[in-house]
Amino acid sequence: MRRWLIWTPLVLFALLFAIVAGGLFKPADRVVRSALVGKPLPDFTLPPIAPGKPGLSSAAFRQGQPRLLNIFASWCIPCAAESPQLVRLKAMGVPIDAIAIRDTAPALVDFLRRNGDPYDRIGDDRQSAVQLALGSSGVPESFVIDGRGRIVLQHVGDIRADDVATIAAAIRDAK
Amino acid sequence: MRRLLLLLALAVAAPVSADPSTPPAALAYTQLRDPAQEAQARDLMATLRCVVCQGQSIADSDASMAGDMRALVRSRIAAGETPEAIRAWLVERYGDYVTYDPPFGAATWPLWLAPVALLVIGALIARSSFRRTRR
Repeated sequence: MRRWLIWTPLVLFALLFAIVAGGLFKPADRVVRSALVGKPLPDFTLPPIAPGKPGLSSAAFRQGQPRLLNIFASWCIPCAAESPQLVRLKAMGVPIDAIAIRDTAPALVDFLRRNGDPYDRIGDDRQSAVQLALGSSGVPESFVIDGRGRIVLQHVGDIRADDVATIAAAIRDAK
Repeated sequence: MRRLLLLLALAVAAPVSADPSTPPAALAYTQLRDPAQEAQARDLMATLRCVVCQGQSIADSDASMAGDMRALVRSRIAAGETPEAIRAWLVERYGDYVTYDPPFGAATWPLWLAPVALLVIGALIARSSFRRTRR
């Protein structure tokens, strides 16, 4: 009994070491995902912000056609980085609407002029209220919504070139 | 010459800001009029995680989104909603991760029971070692 008991501190140390080393080599996933994926899109109505571009309400996502909902802001640098991919998705026939977080009309117009404008509608979310209602934790984020107003996919962070196929496929499958 | 021009361009370049220029929400940095309601809001805010700056509560964080979450908490408390209803609303959207006061459930029971288990083990060890010294 005593003979093997002497090894327990070493075994405990090895166990602790393995746990710490595991955390070091494979850090935990810190992405906060929305718990609403697979559930209906919350109801909202947002006023327009860019001249000549309508505002956005949740009713736009219940018209039978899957759409991409992009959450962005003109002050957000990764949003500018992802805009070529959004333009590409638009060219592939994916309809895109957007929610602008804490933005101003002049800054937004300037952003669209510089980075391209793939959006059908842009809603003005002054105090991130709709962003919070969606369970979104930052900009940019994109949601794929099927034609019946159900969220089928959330993409956290900027859309890179190799994410385009996944998102286009999700839009296709949602039909 | 070209290098000099490049250096000059670097020196006069304005840094790009990655924060919104819009003013913070009215209730992000302003307390509620009613002290009892403000105390309720404050207790709740201290136990909600800022989803941008994940190590901080929304009461501690200066991120613009934390400000908007504080505004949401204060305006809902002012409208008469209970703190637990607001917490439930946020958990429904962000999962248990958003609360620093995790509910007892399938994933969190070791968290709640481990201290009790450790205390019991400690008491057993203490008892057996006291017995040994008395002899």
